[in-house]
Order: sequence, then C-alpha cells, then structure tokens
Amino acid sequence: MSTDKNIVSVLPGSPLGAGGLRQEFTITVYTENQVGLLNRIAIIFSRRKLNIESLNTSPSEIESISRFTIVLTETEDVIRKVARQLEKQVEVLKVYYNTNEEIIWQEMALYKVSTDMIAEKVKVERLLRECGANAVVIRKDYTVFEVTGHREETQKLVDVLEPYGLIEFVRSARIAIIKDSCGFHEKLKEFEETQPGEEIVENEYLNRQEEVFSM
Amino acid sequence: MGAWGLFGMINSILDVEEQIVVKAKVKPLVPAVEDGRLSGSRAVLEAFLAEDVDTIFGYPGGAIMPIYDALYDYNDRLKHILVRHEQGAIHAAQGYARASGRVGVVFATSGPGATNLVTGLADAMIDSTPLVCITGQVFAHLLGTDAFQEVDVVNITTPVTKWNYQVTDANEIPGVLAKAFHIAKTGRPGPVLIDITKNAQIDKFDYKGYERCNHIRSYRPKPIVRREYIEEAAKIINAAKKPFVIFGQGIILGKAEKEFKAFIEKSGIPAAWTILGLSALPTDHPQNMGMLGMHGNYAPNVCTNDCDVLIAIGMRFDDRVTGRLDKYAKQAQIIHLDIDPSEIDKNVKATVGVWGDCKETLPLLTQLVEAKLYPTWVEKFRELRKIEDESLINKELSPTEGKITMGEVLHQLNLLTGGDAILVSDVGQHQMITCRYGKFTQSKSNITSGGAGTMGFALPAAIGAKFGAEERTVVAIIGDGGIQMTIQELGTIMQTGVEVKIIILNNEFLGMVRQWQQLFHDKRYSFVDIASPDYVTVAKGYYIEGNKISEREYLQQALQTMLSHKGSYLLEVMVGQEDNVFPMVPQGCSVSEIRLS
Repeated sequence: MSTDKNIVSVLPGSPLGAGGLRQEFTITVYTENQVGLLNRIAIIFSRRKLNIESLNTSPSEIESISRFTIVLTETEDVIRKVARQLEKQVEVLKVYYNTNEEIIWQEMALYKVSTDMIAEKVKVERLLRECGANAVVIRKDYTVFEVTGHREETQKLVDVLEPYGLIEFVRSARIAIIKDSCGFHEKLKEFEETQPGEEIVENEYLNRQEEVFSM
Repeated sequence: MGAWGLFGMINSILDVEEQIVVKAKVKPLVPAVEDGRLSGSRAVLEAFLAEDVDTIFGYPGGAIMPIYDALYDYNDRLKHILVRHEQGAIHAAQGYARASGRVGVVFATSGPGATNLVTGLADAMIDSTPLVCITGQVFAHLLGTDAFQEVDVVNITTPVTKWNYQVTDANEIPGVLAKAFHIAKTGRPGPVLIDITKNAQIDKFDYKGYERCNHIRSYRPKPIVRREYIEEAAKIINAAKKPFVIFGQGIILGKAEKEFKAFIEKSGIPAAWTILGLSALPTDHPQNMGMLGMHGNYAPNVCTNDCDVLIAIGMRFDDRVTGRLDKYAKQAQIIHLDIDPSEIDKNVKATVGVWGDCKETLPLLTQLVEAKLYPTWVEKFRELRKIEDESLINKELSPTEGKITMGEVLHQLNLLTGGDAILVSDVGQHQMITCRYGKFTQSKSNITSGGAGTMGFALPAAIGAKFGAEERTVVAIIGDGGIQMTIQELGTIMQTGVEVKIIILNNEFLGMVRQWQQLFHDKRYSFVDIASPDYVTVAKGYYIEGNKISEREYLQQALQTMLSHKGSYLLEVMVGQEDNVFPMVPQGCSVSEIRLS
C-alpha cells in the first residue's frame, strides 16, 4: 500500500471513520536529511494524539536520503490520513504504509545478566541457544546477549532470563524492508526529472552565474 | 484645523525631511556587491528585489538590526511599513497577500518579536496565505544559551508554517530565500518563516547572484492531473439530475475565476461558496446561490442534503461548512477537486477525487460536461431563498423600526460602493453579516480570518490590503471586541497615511459568544458585556477623522461622508444589542436542520 500522490480512491459509499480494525502498521518515510525534520514528523502524530510505538531513522539505499520507520497501531483510515499529512511536508519525498504481512522486519534486543548465573545454570545455556541469542560481551561479572527477531522472539528471552536476574534490557526500534518495493532509485529519478517545468530553461541560464551576474 | 489638515502637514514635514535625508546621503548609489562580497542582510534584500517584493511589514529590534541597517540603503526600492505590534505586521502582510495575490513579507526581531507572529502564522497556515517572514535570531554561538531575546522560534512555529528554516551562515541566504518564496507561493500556498542569526546577517560572503527556485525534489506543489478521474467526474456530472457546486478559496488562490465561471455557466449547475471562496464569483451572478455553512444561506444548506452530485472545488469541508459530518450529503456522489492530496477523503469521502490545480482541472472538466440547465432544481433554490428573504433577510436589510441592524449597514454600504470595495471583516457576528450581505463584483475582495477566526485581524489586514491594492477602496468592518484587540494599528494608519475606512459595528457585547450564551446557555451572559472607549476620540488622537451614529436616518449620509472623505475615516455605528445572526446550523446538527430563527 502506498499513498501515491497521483492515485485517487474510488470507493463509493465507504463511510468515513470506518477504516477497519486497529492493527499494527509500519510507515516508511523517505526524506531529505534535514535538521528539524524529526520534529516536523513527530508533531504530525502528537497533534492527533497518536502514540508512536517505535521510531527508527537511518540512511536509505540512496546517499543523502534518510528513511524513517515508524510503527503504530491504528485503523487504516487514520494511517492513510497521517501518511498523506507526512507526504505533504516539504522535505518528505515519499511515504508508504504496510501491514506486518507486507514487510520483512526485525528488532534487536540486548540483555545483561550475571556471568556466574549463566555459568551455573546449564538450562539457561540451552534456552539461549533456542532463542538464537549471541553473546556480545563476556566478562567475569556480567555477560551481554543479543537477539534479533520479531517482538515475540526478543520477548521470549526476557521471560527466560527474568527468573535468573536480568540486570539490564533494551530493545531497538523496528526496521523493515517492504516485500514489494523496488527501492527508491527509480522514484527519485522521477522526482528529480519530471517536476522542473519550462521555467527550468531560465534557471539553467541563471546557473551560469559568473557570466551573468557581474555586479 | 481638521485632522486631515494636520495630517497633510505632517506629511509635508515628512516630505521635507525625506528630501533632507536624501540630500544628506552623499554617497553614490551603493553597488549591491563590493569586491564580489555581500553581507547576509543585503542578500536578504537583494532576494526581495529579485522576487518583486515591494512592501515589507515589520518592526525592528536587536537581533534584526543588521537587516534594518541594510534596509536604510534600499529605502527607494522597498517600502517598509512600520507597524505597532508584530501581530499587526503579519496580519497586514496577510491582507496584502489576499488583496494582491502576491507574497506578503514580514520582518520581526527575535524572542517576543517572533512569538508575536505565531497567531498570524497559524491564521495564514489554515487560510493558505503565502507569506515569507524573516525573524532575527541571536548570534549562532549563543543558540541554546538562554541569551537575551532568544526563543526557539523554529520549533515554536513548526506546526504553523508550511516550511521554516534557521540560517546560521550568510552563504545560505540566497538559496534559502529562493526556496522560501517558491514554497510560500506554489501549490497550496502557506506561510514560511526564516530565522536568521545575527552573525549570518552581518557576515560578508561571496555573492554569486540570486537564482529563483523552480524545483525542490522532495516537494511537488501540483499533483499530476489524471485525465481518467476527470472523465469519471464528468460522467457522474452528466448523469446528474440535481448537481450542486460548492467552492472555496482554491479558485482565488489558483487564479481560476474565469475557468470556474466558464465551468458553471456551461454546466448550468447552481453554486454556493465558503466564506473564503466569497468574491471568486460575483455575488449577483444568477447561478450564485449564496453562502454555505453555519450562518450561510438557507437554500444551499438545505440543498446540500438534497442534491445527487456534490462538486466541491478548492475547499476543505471545514466543520463550520459541513455541520454534523455523518449527516452531510449522504445521498450524494461527491466529486472533490483540490490541489492538496491530503484534503481528499480527509473529512468527506469522495466518490471521485480530482487532484490538481483547478486552473488546469476545471477547463478539462468543462470540456467534458454537457451544456445543460436544471430549471426545476434551480427553482428549488429560488423558493428556499424566498422563504429566507421573507422570514429574515428583508427585515435585516431594510428594517423600519428599532435599532440599526448590522445587515442594513452592509446593505447601504453596497448601494454606495456598488460592490467594488474590498471588505475586510474581523471575527464574530459582524463577520457573518459582512459575508452574508456584502456585495462583490470582483475577486480577492473579501478578506477575513476564516479557519482560525482571529479577532483583531481586520484592522491590520485592511492596512495591508490597501497597500496590496492601492487603487481600490478598502473598508474594514469590525466589532467592538475585535477593534480593541489591535486598535494600536491606528498608529500605523496615522504614520503611513494609508487610506482605510473603518466601520465599527458596536452592539456593546461580544456578540457571537453572547448569541451562543442566549441560545445554548440559558442566557447566562458570562463576561460578554465588553465596554468601549469613545472610538471617535481615540481616532482623533491618531489624527483620524471619525463619526458615531445610532439613528437610522443618519446612516446613509454617514457612510457617504466616510467614503468620500479623503484619507482614513472611522465610523462607529451603534446597532441592536441583542440581535442574532440567523439562519444558524446549531453545533452537532446537520446542515438541513438549519434554523431560520
């Protein structure tokens, strides 16, 4: 699903607000890399009192373009409106929103536990293996494990380690790849090429500043 | 000596001083660039010249002093209007932009100067008014140190600007200003704020000239027009039995008045307007059926829930227009033309959404619609209009007893101006009356604060409107509440000599709130009995001539005197204290439940 700027919905009789059930959506926002844009994006959610469950910003497949990955649970109707508001921002290039079935996604978690505890409990070792945990750091006093996966997978190890004393736990924001996406290269070309109107000729002329402006 | 005489004298003194100043400036015409280097401040002003800016509304202060210093040398090319409060500056710029169709430009200093712009920014944002506001900011090295008059302006104004940016390096100025003007005026217009630190204003940089911006890759002001949706819309319109056009400011902003008129005249469809769409179509056009919404006309509201196809053009289905949404035009197929994709399906689900600039989409649609007439359908509008005329409009416009009504002031004013004046209204009962009864023969003539409902808007906006359309008569119509919010701008009128006619419709109440308290709060008039000063005396203090009337027999003459007076004039009209604005769609009701009394 994308909020293509040029496609209109033809949904006769579909009542407003009945945008279906609330479910988890992942919004992917391609943006220019600009100070203050995070705030501009965040207030679109806070203005509507929408609680962002997870937010990640990172570089994208294209240099100088950033990619926001935002997760929240809402109806599709609300998500679509928010996506259009996001896309309206000057520095936002494109917005996609997807259900969980339409994306490949991962979250990463770190767990700090006492090394003594791990060493003593053979059972824990087996559980760690089952959870696909990797040891990142092993020190005399503590060990840090890492798990990458869906929420249930990272949560599973929390449940396992808690009885043995989980000293610290942290989970990252979701990052997601859209299954159907062909990347942003083509779109960007379109954005850079199709827009300039006839006036661009004048602009090219002005680009030769040194020659033209001899003030 | 009359006020005008005195004013003339002040003016001539100013002229003499001006001449002295000009003579005192012995230095020859300063070249824009010395050694290829230019200060940031000058780069700002050079950008203005390149963007054909002729008028700036502003107020100086510490952090914007370098720009004001540079302005001293540009005095002959850029007119600066010194206001009395930054809110006055931005409302004046809004009035300028709305009357001229150009970008309004504002200067304010950092801290309180900048925060005083916030109301105007919010107003311009919701009413899609193109503005470029320049605020001074503390030196870049002081950012975040709680320096004197430092306020985080960019973050404060983010929700109320189309775009904003903080410049900390003079090199950025030409590029950023080019972007600012491009963003402000293209697509759905809006306010842009550029915050410039003091060092960036002072520093000199290698100036390469100014390039207008035509393209920002992440910003597409106009969605590409899709023919298939226009065809679909035309198909629905051609099959309609009772089609109805509702239009908003998009027509005016898109400069598409001619295209719109061609569309409705060929299609024969009756049309009604939102208050910001008013004046896009002459009020006496036979297909103009009047005003939509809460205090709109009876026929358009009732017919909204009777039409079979509703064609919305350049409007956003504001709640004051739609009333209760789940009972709004449910029987109709809805065609929505808008330049802003996020407006389609936002409040009212469109059967067909036509994204694009109506200057482009309307001619395409006109081509495809069949030339038709809807005599029975149009007759229904006329019948309902007759009901409204007989039950309230005639009494409002031509009463024979009791106190003067607001409506009859408008009626008499129309007779004298012939509908050629720009009417700038404030917010409240008088605003609804002005929009309901004002007569307009040309576009960009109704200036009012629509979406934000900003009291205090009209006086400064009228000043700006006059600068934006100097050849036209500008009449500000203001209530006794709104005038007291920005009355200080009488000082701007005094100093600039701008000719604004001010009508205060004084009902000795905050009338609209009082009306709601009467109708919905058991007449518990809680803090609405606002007292007024002697406005004529206040005006006199500013060397502005004025008059006050409370008798019907003097009304026409008083208006005539006001209009024929050379210079600004203030006319206070005492009107019925507890008069109400009807019809009314009470909040939470459907538009067809509109009440005539």
